[in-house]
Amino acid sequence: MSEPTGLKSWLTTTDHKRIGKLYFWTAFVFFLLGGFEALLIRAQLAKPDNTLISADTYNQLFTMHGTTMVFMALMPLAAAFFNYIVPLQIGARDVAFPRLNAFSYWVFLLGALFMNASWLLPHHPAPDGGWFGYATLTEKQFNPGPNIDFWLLGLQILGIASLAAGFNFIVTILNLRAPGMKMMRLPVFSWMTLVTSFLMITAFPVITVALVFLMFDRVFGTHFYLPQAGGDPVLWQHLFWLFGHPEVYILILPAMGVISEVLPTFSRKPLFGYTVVVYSGVLIGFMGWGVWSHHMFSVGLGPIADSVFALTTMLIAIPTGVKIFNWLATLWGGQIRLTTAMCFALGFIALFTIGGLSGVTHAAPPADLQQTDTYYVVAHFHYVLFGGTMMGLFAGMYYWWPKMTGRLLSERLGLVHFWLMFIGMNLTFFPMHLIGLLGMPRRIYTYSHDLGVDSMNLLCSIGAAMLGLGMVVFVYNMWRTRRHGAVAGPNPWGGATLEWSIPSPPPVHNFDVIPTVTSRVPLWDAPPKPAPPPGHIHVPAGSWWPMVAAAGLPVMALAPLTHTVWIVFVGAAILLFGIYRWAFEPFEV
Amino acid sequence: MTHAAATHHTSMGLDSRKMGFWAFIGSECLLFGSLISTYLVYQGRSVSGPTPAEILNIPVTSISTFDLLMSSLWMVLALAAVQRGDMKWAKVWLLGVAIGGAIFIGFQVYEFTSFVREGLTLQANLFGCTFFILTGTHGAHVTVGVLWMLTLWYRAMRGKLGPEHAMTVEIAGLYWHFVDVVWIVIFTLVYLLHK
Amino acid sequence: MPFRPTLRGTLDAVPRYRRHYISLAALLGLGLIAACGGPYPQSTLAPTSDFGVAIDRLFTGIFWWAVVVFVVVEGLLLFSILRFRHREGAPAPEQHHGHTALEIAWTLAPALILVFIAVPTVRTIFATAGDAPPGALRVEVIGHQWWWEYRYPDLGLVTANELHVPVGRPVVVDITSTDVIHAWWTPKLGGKRDAIPGHHNKIAFRADSIGEYMGQCVEYCGASHANMRLRTFVDSDSGFQAWVAAQRAVPAAPAAGSPAETGKQMFQKYGCIGCHTVAGVSAGLIGPNLTHVASRTTIAGASMMNTEQHLRDWIGNPPAMKPGSMMPNMHVSAADLTALIVYLQSLK
Repeated sequence: MSEPTGLKSWLTTTDHKRIGKLYFWTAFVFFLLGGFEALLIRAQLAKPDNTLISADTYNQLFTMHGTTMVFMALMPLAAAFFNYIVPLQIGARDVAFPRLNAFSYWVFLLGALFMNASWLLPHHPAPDGGWFGYATLTEKQFNPGPNIDFWLLGLQILGIASLAAGFNFIVTILNLRAPGMKMMRLPVFSWMTLVTSFLMITAFPVITVALVFLMFDRVFGTHFYLPQAGGDPVLWQHLFWLFGHPEVYILILPAMGVISEVLPTFSRKPLFGYTVVVYSGVLIGFMGWGVWSHHMFSVGLGPIADSVFALTTMLIAIPTGVKIFNWLATLWGGQIRLTTAMCFALGFIALFTIGGLSGVTHAAPPADLQQTDTYYVVAHFHYVLFGGTMMGLFAGMYYWWPKMTGRLLSERLGLVHFWLMFIGMNLTFFPMHLIGLLGMPRRIYTYSHDLGVDSMNLLCSIGAAMLGLGMVVFVYNMWRTRRHGAVAGPNPWGGATLEWSIPSPPPVHNFDVIPTVTSRVPLWDAPPKPAPPPGHIHVPAGSWWPMVAAAGLPVMALAPLTHTVWIVFVGAAILLFGIYRWAFEPFEV
Repeated sequence: MTHAAATHHTSMGLDSRKMGFWAFIGSECLLFGSLISTYLVYQGRSVSGPTPAEILNIPVTSISTFDLLMSSLWMVLALAAVQRGDMKWAKVWLLGVAIGGAIFIGFQVYEFTSFVREGLTLQANLFGCTFFILTGTHGAHVTVGVLWMLTLWYRAMRGKLGPEHAMTVEIAGLYWHFVDVVWIVIFTLVYLLHK
Repeated sequence: MPFRPTLRGTLDAVPRYRRHYISLAALLGLGLIAACGGPYPQSTLAPTSDFGVAIDRLFTGIFWWAVVVFVVVEGLLLFSILRFRHREGAPAPEQHHGHTALEIAWTLAPALILVFIAVPTVRTIFATAGDAPPGALRVEVIGHQWWWEYRYPDLGLVTANELHVPVGRPVVVDITSTDVIHAWWTPKLGGKRDAIPGHHNKIAFRADSIGEYMGQCVEYCGASHANMRLRTFVDSDSGFQAWVAAQRAVPAAPAAGSPAETGKQMFQKYGCIGCHTVAGVSAGLIGPNLTHVASRTTIAGASMMNTEQHLRDWIGNPPAMKPGSMMPNMHVSAADLTALIVYLQSLK
């Protein structure tokens, strides 16, 4: 069965593997964009009282750096692997709702483009309220331009993409498993995808509501967050962090899933304490809902609330610690091969541990009163999100690249990439602990020489340049691999899970014969039997309508942006038309 | 509707669309939960009138609540009719659900306009903000439901809805009942227990 | 399933040195840099108040627990990488799937450590909740974009950006805001609290040593967040009394015909009176109270020292000095500006 080619085949695709690739490349471009924004930030902060970047532009840069990395780079990079890998791991031919999957992607792409379009308008009115967008600063009164509108409307659109993806992967993982693939035989990456999906469908409605309030405040003059009329800006913080903390686990759990695949493969041992690792992942997902106010210790919620949230936050350290110990026990007694993927996975453990430990220091509210909103916190969450999530995702890229493309990335360049990242990451973010403890706040476009942190900031900027260099090496590696990468074969790493039982890249229908699973490590316990020649396997044709429906959303978003009511009806009509055509494909109402 | 994936073998023995829809309802619970929580948190914090006691017309809303409850009953009957292949009654009940929903929306339009005349606008006070957003979001859900029911009814009229589409109708019913349950919660908390 | 040979060769590229030497070196290097710099006027690590000391003690305790866990985890990781390296031709390792006793052990161990952290944490939360003993000096801190207003309700004083408190006496600070959320922070005197419109937060502290302490707004509050700084002066008892007396006095009107008198007219001509209070002259409430502006060491949200040149730059073009500044460029002519500065400098 030959795969269709050409632009149309990509625009209309409903193949989870192609959508996975679309997610990957789109998210990767946004990762580079977010990284570029970070480099500009570090250039400005390389010396005190710098005038390279204006205050307004700087505020846009850190806002968009955070927003881009969270919503347009890290989450969709994880989604790329959800899409590409999960159906292969569970022995399915596609996700449960292939067209909904395409819809998710197009909504994500259009939402990301919508928000970033603000850079291109005259005077670049990009969002400038911080990724956390605290009211009342984001209210019309204090931010009359379109900046915040771009932000909140873009986030609404991106949220819809995440919701749709969440529903899809929950059903896919629960319902499309190959025969014998019991839940407790599910690869940990798929398990973490499931937990993440549940977090997505529960967390995103909360920020949707928070953003609707903000939009109404800005567009229709309500006062949800305005104290003059009895509203409370702290309501925004509660809603935002009710979403925001589960979001943190949405970002980290997939990476934990990746390394739970990579570590066993390159130790040639099954994951130690599989059940415990799975349950602690589920527990982290649940507990993630009970800790949001630890982002608000300086808000003054009172000693009782502070104590409760301090304790719940500290409790989360237990399942997290248990996971780390199980990973270490997986390495113990194994035969460790230091491939690039493995180096990144080990880097995850080394760096995430630091992020976790600094996290415990600000789980204590009094200590947090000295740390919050300083560079100490910036150091902390970059150890978690860069040292953790990105290291995990890089591990996944090197690990699954041969599966996705059929060719291996160069290990030599890969190790150069790894060391530039690992050293650059520590050089950039480790000094920030100290910079913060020495009193430098975050989100400031300039700082005084008097603070005594000049040389440490310069060090951070040098580290950031190293990270940039590392990315250049990585991009070159990917480019080079297209022609010169070694041909991978179905299972270059000796992996144990089902995705390694089929050719690389997999055929359109994934599995000639849906395998029957009898073990957690099917390929180690029972090498794949030669498959019987496939009969005809029906592969659904592509569809334009998910993309058309998705296009309705940014059109609708233009209405509040331009204060033009009729546009909302045009957008809704496009959305509805797309959904109808999609629901009744081929069209037959 | 054509959903190839849904016809496959499923691990949980549950239709994939139905499972997906339950996940959607779970998600919607958080949406309405956030809206309702905000309403409750802001209750009594308006710095100016009008207050709920001055504005809410419980008898009128009781009628529309009853209407919406009845439409849920009709939904049950519609599904039962589709499942047993009685398309004549299926059409009647489906249209009934749509009309019931439309009547509810009509009541809401009347309610909103009379509230605005009495001085409760979206901007008037916190009660106005939270009330209109909460009930308006619910009304939007009912509107989507009405469009959905009309679509099913239209298809039934064209002879394109039969017992083989029972799952499609069942999912529409899940949605309708959920929207109804949410209204019961809103009616209780906002109208009956107002402060 | 045996390993494929495709990896041989590429694996040889793994460097022999270990990453952890590098992190260790980075850590030491940082220590060195930290040792060379200084004096770190906003350091949280050298507190000079009871509030700051309580936090520091808690943090230090947690820090050392973190160091212990760090050494254990990274040590095990490093050991495993060194010890359990793949060797060509070695038989497949034993396939362990788990160990219940171990799982219980490493669940309980962190739980136990957390008990040692949680107890002092909760104790410190209540100790630092902002309850001040009776007789504490009350100060109201009001955040504005982008400067701080200080009111002493018991002393009838209003000033801006520079807080004066007496040494050794409890102070309770009531923090709020009129516009967006700010956070008030003098790191050496203890933790921060948010200044939220419609809310009042409290910090109680007793400053231990006389001196001038730097701080700044630490909640992102818009264009000039970075320029919203502050200073806290801990005065001797007599010094504080003298400061209070001076602040309470109404500054003498400038002599007729003096340059300061001209400046006072400029203060009216350019509309300064609309926003600023000078006791006996104007009652503007939008900008900082300038009655004793010359007694302050800084201007413009404590972002500049109070010198003639800075006054000239600042009043000459406020948005250029402080992006987004609420004080517009009034296009004051050079001669008028000179007079205005003479007047402002007379407001001691």
